[in-house]
Amino acid sequence: MKKIALAKIDSLLEAISKDMNLFAPVDNKSTVNYAEWKSGDVAVFDKMTVRSAKDAFFPQCENMSKFSRDQDNKIIIDKLETCDKDFVVMGVRGCDIKAIAVLDKVFLSEPVDTFYAARRDHSILISLSCSKPEETCFCTTFGIDPAQPKGDVEMYIVSDYAYFNTVTAKGEKLISSLNNLLENAKDSDIDSAKVATRDIMCKLPLHDVTTDGWGAGVLEEMFNRPEWEQLSSSCIGCGTCTYVCPTCQCYDIRDYNGSNGVTRYRCWDSCMKSDFTMMAHGNNRTTQLQRFRQRFMHKLVYSPANNDGEFSCVGCGRCVAKCPVSMNIVKVIKTMGGEKL
Amino acid sequence: MSNNANIAQEALIPHVAKIINVRSQTHDVKTFAVVSSDDGGVMFDHMPGQCAMVSIPGVGEAMFSITSSPTNTKFKEFSVKRCGILTEVMHSLVEGDEITVRGPYGKQFPVETEFKGENLLFIAGGIGIAPLRSVINYVRSNRDNYGVVDVLYGARSSSDLVEYEEMSKEWASDKDFNVHITIDRAEDGWEGNVGFVPTYLKELAFDNNRTAVICGPPIMIKFVLGGLIEMGFAKTQVYTTLELKMKCGIGKCGRCNIGSKYVCKDGPVFRCDEIDELPNEY
Repeated sequence: MKKIALAKIDSLLEAISKDMNLFAPVDNKSTVNYAEWKSGDVAVFDKMTVRSAKDAFFPQCENMSKFSRDQDNKIIIDKLETCDKDFVVMGVRGCDIKAIAVLDKVFLSEPVDTFYAARRDHSILISLSCSKPEETCFCTTFGIDPAQPKGDVEMYIVSDYAYFNTVTAKGEKLISSLNNLLENAKDSDIDSAKVATRDIMCKLPLHDVTTDGWGAGVLEEMFNRPEWEQLSSSCIGCGTCTYVCPTCQCYDIRDYNGSNGVTRYRCWDSCMKSDFTMMAHGNNRTTQLQRFRQRFMHKLVYSPANNDGEFSCVGCGRCVAKCPVSMNIVKVIKTMGGEKL
Repeated sequence: MSNNANIAQEALIPHVAKIINVRSQTHDVKTFAVVSSDDGGVMFDHMPGQCAMVSIPGVGEAMFSITSSPTNTKFKEFSVKRCGILTEVMHSLVEGDEITVRGPYGKQFPVETEFKGENLLFIAGGIGIAPLRSVINYVRSNRDNYGVVDVLYGARSSSDLVEYEEMSKEWASDKDFNVHITIDRAEDGWEGNVGFVPTYLKELAFDNNRTAVICGPPIMIKFVLGGLIEMGFAKTQVYTTLELKMKCGIGKCGRCNIGSKYVCKDGPVFRCDEIDELPNEY
């Protein structure tokens, strides 16, 4: 266990970012979001980021290949390089750590997504024990322990110090390279912080949300529930929930036809959008009810069916905080879950 | 010099393919035969029912069934109906032009397992013959492995029949192989059957000692399946394909998700009792 005074944490961030890109929650006037930390930026570890650490592995937009034509109009393909430099993602809370595991199941299953895989291979995760959860947090619903999320390095904030506990070889390498900035600490120094975190979680307004009634095997019953109509009626299909969601992974593939040939890129897409399933012969989800139902059924029924019961919601609460019409997954879980009649 | 051969293994990165032949089938369907631009080969092996992502860079990319049989080792074929941005431009392509192809994607028809030794009934409407043609020619190339084969094919008019030459001349002359063709409305000079596919199916009154494969417009599939059930077929004897929007082809982009299935990798081929387990959203 190592520690550094919070007053000196910038020197640590400075040292990391000298050799590698460092993504950390950065104060951006009114909001906190993951960004590449640069000297002078203020890293914030006690506020929920607007978007998740997903961006570090699955960016909102990324180029995949380039197409050009030679003088005979033959197609030439240039595959763009995947990530080849180590980088650090710092301050990742338990919800977002779990979300990365959910994304891994999608992108690292065969056939492996090479862009995502390269970023995962080159990343060093510094998880953060959650000292200040938001009122919208409900990660414990999904069995997550926010007090001790698994990263390559675990980070704890206790009074005026940041503590670091190395977990993996990658993490060990990073922390040992920073040894001249860190002081030794006792493992027991963080015990009270863990207890405090677990205590706070029990007092949060959404702490009693349970997934009872949801999961694999309730497809037909849940799909046909009449409550979808009322629940979806306020949804304006803006897609905000899917963009702030740390596990939403739907994407689009498009071509940008520029003066230097064609760039094929992928970008986040949203099952909440009306043209998401539009194809030449029609659209199989024409109403917002169908699209709304698809999103929540996917997180709460289809994903568990494919992943040994694992939900693809991690209770980060971002969609709860950001939905412009105050509709969210908690209302869906509560309205239709619970004891069966 | 491109290094296409090296990167072909990467998911989402396509092969460059050269069009070696274009057959105009109807006013809105053309069949393109393609080979690898690098080595003139077939780019990859596939099985009947599998699909591939075809693209014109800068225009778009879409999933098409591979209509040629795997037993055709010289080229791959795609039958493309003009109905959108990509297909419109594809129809302007000629021999020698290049496109890109990646695949194969999805599950095959069980030609080497469940279909083996069975009598087979193929029922298709319109461009729905494209995926079935791959199975049918595979069966014709491995004739001893299968029983009697019947093909029931319908289109709006005689000029909308895809692969009419091949089915009426080559298929129909095979042993234990019957081809039944119908068009929706009567026409001068048409001596074949007139009527919708589900109606003709009942008139033909097939026994149910066979495995059926349906592909066509959703409304046709619905009525044909109903007809087969009335004729005593079990849903476990009937196969069809689902068509949903796809972007990646490898079960990650989320578009073709229906229930716990991804049509691009768990389909497009489904047995009809498997479809019953999906939400009714296809």
